[in-house]
Amino acid sequence: MTEHTEHGPHVASLKLLVTIMIILMIGTWLTVSVTHFDFGPFNLLIGLAIATVKAVLVGLYFMHLRWDKPFNAFVFVSAFAFLGLFIGFALMDTGHYQDVIIPGWPLQ
Amino acid sequence: MTAQHHDDGHDPNLAHHFESTEQQFQSAKLGMWLFLATEILFFGGLFVAYTVYRGNHPEVFVFGAHFLDTALGALNTVVLIFSSFTIAWAVRAAQLKQIKLLKWLIIATMLCAFAFLGVKYVEYSAKWKHGLLWAGSYDPHVDHEEAFEVIEHEAEIHAPGGDFEIAEIDEVQHVAEGEIVEPVAVAVEVDTASAVVDSDRSTIAPAAQGPAGLAGPDSPADPDAIPVEPGNAKIFFSIYFLMTGLHGIHVLGGIAAMLWLLNSLRRGDFDGGHYTRVDMVALYWHVVDIIWIYLFLLLYLID
Repeated sequence: MTEHTEHGPHVASLKLLVTIMIILMIGTWLTVSVTHFDFGPFNLLIGLAIATVKAVLVGLYFMHLRWDKPFNAFVFVSAFAFLGLFIGFALMDTGHYQDVIIPGWPLQ
Repeated sequence: MTAQHHDDGHDPNLAHHFESTEQQFQSAKLGMWLFLATEILFFGGLFVAYTVYRGNHPEVFVFGAHFLDTALGALNTVVLIFSSFTIAWAVRAAQLKQIKLLKWLIIATMLCAFAFLGVKYVEYSAKWKHGLLWAGSYDPHVDHEEAFEVIEHEAEIHAPGGDFEIAEIDEVQHVAEGEIVEPVAVAVEVDTASAVVDSDRSTIAPAAQGPAGLAGPDSPADPDAIPVEPGNAKIFFSIYFLMTGLHGIHVLGGIAAMLWLLNSLRRGDFDGGHYTRVDMVALYWHVVDIIWIYLFLLLYLID
């Protein structure tokens, strides 16, 4: 929590906003250029990690979550947590099916 | 909310059921965050569909992503990030009562939203032209009017094309064996046929390897070549159109919200530093940006 000037809300400085934008642009460039290298299964993980850093920066600074009431951040982050549960359970379920039920099908 | 007049010096922007403008502002904000949480879950269903299909059929996604233009996707990412910046700046301008600057920043954000939809239009119309649509309307084909332009264009990009042709002519001559084959005719035939197969925009599978057919499976591998179409490639395009379409509808919603802001601004609603609406629209717009950051990665940047 940074100090609030008098009773008002937090006003983000223009310098901070520009810095965050530049970092986000560099992140975009990085996500694209990293696809030219083959890290096997890590490509997707690296891409997701960069995208998540970008999303967190947008949330913390552009959306003021860093200075906002923590409960607002809790509400927003819990949506992602439940989405994670949803995806996790769906993946656990879909991994438990037999690939081919009718032998020789589909005909290729 | 009440239109009545008050003699108690009551703030006209403060609704009766709130203690203070601060409390009113925080309630609006909490409501907005709850709405944004539901937005994440709204898109979440599609992300689950994406994950399950990609987990089970990764080859469909590797194939489909060949038909998305990474440059256009990256351009749209840059446009949206820039618009996120302008709307964040707009909140600052509203807080500091810089009304004129606020107006221009909202207009700039709106122009970015239109630019985003313009690029999306270019992408969608190319998919439409080549029949790369959702399951049910999926009917890939080369647009014949355009085919020759595409071939010329692609021929320059695919440098190994030259060696490829020669190898094929040799093979055709092998296959022809005793028969006399007019070399010129064969060359022309192979040329156009291989060019069509090379085209990034064509999803027509390579022709059968008949006597006068094309390169066999042991032809020089082109790393940029499109893999043979897997079954159910249309699922990729269903997911692509659902996810980007729902996102596009949210961009339209953002434009509507910004028009509403401009109207409020014109009426002088923000003159007293009452910036709740600007803040709410900005929060919404940032979520649209965050979702696109993931869509760009997951749809365009597959190998």
